[in-house]
Amino acid sequence: MIYADNAATTKLSPTALAAMMPYFTQEYGNPSSLYDFAGQAKAGLEQARSDVARCLNAQPGEIFFTSGGTESDNWALRGVAEALGKKGKHILISAVEHHAILHTGDWLRKQGFEVEVLPVDEYGVVRPGTLEKALRPDTILVSVMLANNEIGTIQPIQELAALAHANKTLFHTDAVQAAGHIPVDVQELGVDLLSLSGHKFHGPRGTGVLYIRQRTPILPLILGGGQEHNRRSGTENVAGAVGLAAALTERCATLEEDMARISALRNRLVSAILRLPRTRLTGHPLNRLPSIASFTFEAIEGESILLQLDARGICASSGSACSSTSLEPSHVLLAIGLPHEVAHGSVRLSLGDDVTEEDVDHIIQSLTEVVNDLRAMSPVWDAVAQKPTW
Amino acid sequence: MLYSEKVMDHFNHPRNVGELPDADGVGQVGNPVCGDIMKMYLKIEDGVIVDVKFKTFGCGSAIATSSMATEMIKGKTIGEALKLTNAAVAEALDGLPAHKMHCSVLAEEAVKAALADYYTRRGEPVPPECVIDPEDACPLCG
Repeated sequence: MIYADNAATTKLSPTALAAMMPYFTQEYGNPSSLYDFAGQAKAGLEQARSDVARCLNAQPGEIFFTSGGTESDNWALRGVAEALGKKGKHILISAVEHHAILHTGDWLRKQGFEVEVLPVDEYGVVRPGTLEKALRPDTILVSVMLANNEIGTIQPIQELAALAHANKTLFHTDAVQAAGHIPVDVQELGVDLLSLSGHKFHGPRGTGVLYIRQRTPILPLILGGGQEHNRRSGTENVAGAVGLAAALTERCATLEEDMARISALRNRLVSAILRLPRTRLTGHPLNRLPSIASFTFEAIEGESILLQLDARGICASSGSACSSTSLEPSHVLLAIGLPHEVAHGSVRLSLGDDVTEEDVDHIIQSLTEVVNDLRAMSPVWDAVAQKPTW
Repeated sequence: MLYSEKVMDHFNHPRNVGELPDADGVGQVGNPVCGDIMKMYLKIEDGVIVDVKFKTFGCGSAIATSSMATEMIKGKTIGEALKLTNAAVAEALDGLPAHKMHCSVLAEEAVKAALADYYTRRGEPVPPECVIDPEDACPLCG
């Protein structure tokens, strides 16, 4: 089997698992307890915090452990909205955000906030000029993801955050797909808040982080025993935090080499697949995550492609309407201007860090066969093939 | 797995794929915006469907229901074919997930559309059973 759905989730790193094990079996104390036995658990948690801070170029006191990317995104938006609701009600998010942001935006609208959606260009990029025009004196928060989960496009966060700050507006980025895959430096990006999720970089499921720059106004989302400096209650998931930190540290140690190697294999895949007619790469051709190859194939449907790939031992995903229970095509593919009939034929392959050239060649051969087979039985293929190309 | 073994069998090994250049009736239903298009070709002799082929653009269940529908009407009389219901196609496939049932509606409609074309080509009135109920159209794209 070739697992090419690493943007959905990843395999737990053996290093992370080994680092976690003692906190399940031996150091199971509650870090908030006073007795000596809890000391190791507390030390493990704080070491994890320091390790994550170092990877992100942050201070340990700015790292807050959560249950995952979704909680971090919910917290960033709701926490800032609640803290600054008296100052302003205007919030800007991009059209290609994850549903964790989009649906939180919907909820905030019901609470009386004005959540405006920033359009993206054909590559899925929020152009700085678009943000500049949308900022208002009452804009309290801008949230734009660092890298997109469906098309891999990397946003110009540094420029966007600078524009927000010039307007005295806070900036959040959802770095769930980016962390552990491209450099994420909170100082360089200039963001006030940043979300990440452990299981997207070979850490455990159910773990995440919200980076909160010092003195950023934000209220808690989860109330209770006052853990995490009174900002995120709930008995700490020490093993989870340790696993997340171990996985992130491991990824960051070899980031540059991995990026170069995976990008080269991704490029091999993309250039081979783009030889197929009526096929396009979605997302930015250059400013994209190394691991993500995302395509649309006209005249065929994504779910069929996935099932055929599965029969050939390849796990991939699609933004097609028919592959979702909602029967709605991906909002990202529509936001970059694809018509419904083209969005139906979308496929995303997200390569793992252990991907080999043989794997990529097998994907190329299989995907080519599948596309040709399905087109041979498509009643619209002949007509589509004869249309002039754009 | 989302689909039954029968659905996967018909998806992976679809029966009667292709075109009939000398078809007596051809019907196409669905639209590309919705993401499902079925085209059915019928060869009819003495009121019996002697051959049938299909081409489908769509998801796994769209392809599987097309394939099953062609098997269910091949060798049958027109009257028998008109009794084919989407529920029967879905049942023959050991069921479909609820959100995929509309694909089986398309299979039934494709048969009706091809038979309507058959009558039109012969200059005969189209029987009311061949008329597709607009109520059955795709809930998303109408």
